[in-house]
Amino acid sequence: MADALFESLLRLGDNALILGHRVSEWCGHAPVLEEDIALANTALDLLGQTNLWLEYAGEVEGKGRSADDLAFLRDAWDFRNVLLVELPNGDFGQTILRQYLYDQFNLMNLEALKGSTDTRVSEIAEKAAKEAAYHVERSRGTVVGLGDGTEESHRRMQDALNILYPYALELFITDEVDAEMAKAGIIPDPKSLEDTYLAAVGATISEATLELPQAHFGHRGSGRDGRMHTEHLGHILTQMQWLQRAYPGQSW
Amino acid sequence: MRPSIDQIWDWLGEVPDPEIPAISLVDLGIIRDVGFDGDTCVVTVTPTYSGCPATSVINMEIEAALREQGLEKIELKRQLSPAWTTDWVSDAGREKLEKYGIAPPQPAGGPEKCPICASTNLELLSQFGSTPCKAQWRCKDCLEPFDYFKCI
Ligand SMILES: [Zn+2]
Repeated sequence: MADALFESLLRLGDNALILGHRVSEWCGHAPVLEEDIALANTALDLLGQTNLWLEYAGEVEGKGRSADDLAFLRDAWDFRNVLLVELPNGDFGQTILRQYLYDQFNLMNLEALKGSTDTRVSEIAEKAAKEAAYHVERSRGTVVGLGDGTEESHRRMQDALNILYPYALELFITDEVDAEMAKAGIIPDPKSLEDTYLAAVGATISEATLELPQAHFGHRGSGRDGRMHTEHLGHILTQMQWLQRAYPGQSW
Repeated sequence: MRPSIDQIWDWLGEVPDPEIPAISLVDLGIIRDVGFDGDTCVVTVTPTYSGCPATSVINMEIEAALREQGLEKIELKRQLSPAWTTDWVSDAGREKLEKYGIAPPQPAGGPEKCPICASTNLELLSQFGSTPCKAQWRCKDCLEPFDYFKCI
């Protein structure tokens, strides 16, 4: 039970951590100042959520590892995030579409987690859901604006959707960890969120005048159990972890 | 002698928010409880946003303020639930925000009026502003951009 809970908390924390890091790469590079600030603030919220999930993961594991230890001292195969969040940023449109695909899931998942039988999980979800609701409002609006925008922005958003949509489907691949946690009422079975998620995404995509591609998640393993990651994750970690790797135990 | 709980609230009411020094931590509504556990003063604090970088500075300032008043044993507790809401910003706090040039949070989800000229002819520039708790708006009459304390 503790093992499955630890795994589930890593999945929650690592999705937020890796996406937060990816989004923070835009800091100082976004097309306009307002978007730069918005991206940096979104990244900050995600890192805050990471801290809450990984701190609890460390406690559940019971080996004295802090949130920082888990973030900075694990190797690629120990990460439990979906591949969607580790993909390169691409252009601004691709970044914002990935953000929407994640935000929509994150909000639904957190809303369900508010009812968790584990008090700590439900408290973290209550806090994070408010932030996620704000994120989805922005990323959804921007996806619609760019999809239903100029010829060029429309084309770029369609290209981004063709690349990213299959990856979004990984969010609903389930395993025995999910089954055990769902049975205990701690974490919802991701499959139970799939239909409402696909309906919400479908509505947004059609409002954005884009077309959903015929897609399935084509990889043979999933990032959720660490058996599969793209080559991009290792590159993220070299950036994210270099300080703790080069100067172990360094602090502010 | 142990100070009264009301006295401690008064002291905390003088501690400015590190990012918006115009209002105090009590005005912001993030101090959820003050009490004593034996001779240890326990202050319960809730974060505004989970990633708010001011959180650790806030804890330091609370401790420093209470030490200055002679309290030696201080414990800070983090409380996540119920999650902080802008409904907890006090009336005094809302007034101070507006005077400072930040439109206070409104249940309607946008500022009521321009904090500079009071015009209601406003537009949203960005859902995010200079800190996680603010959005950027602009007044279409005086043309000044201003911060809006977003409602959560
Ligand atoms: Zn004005």
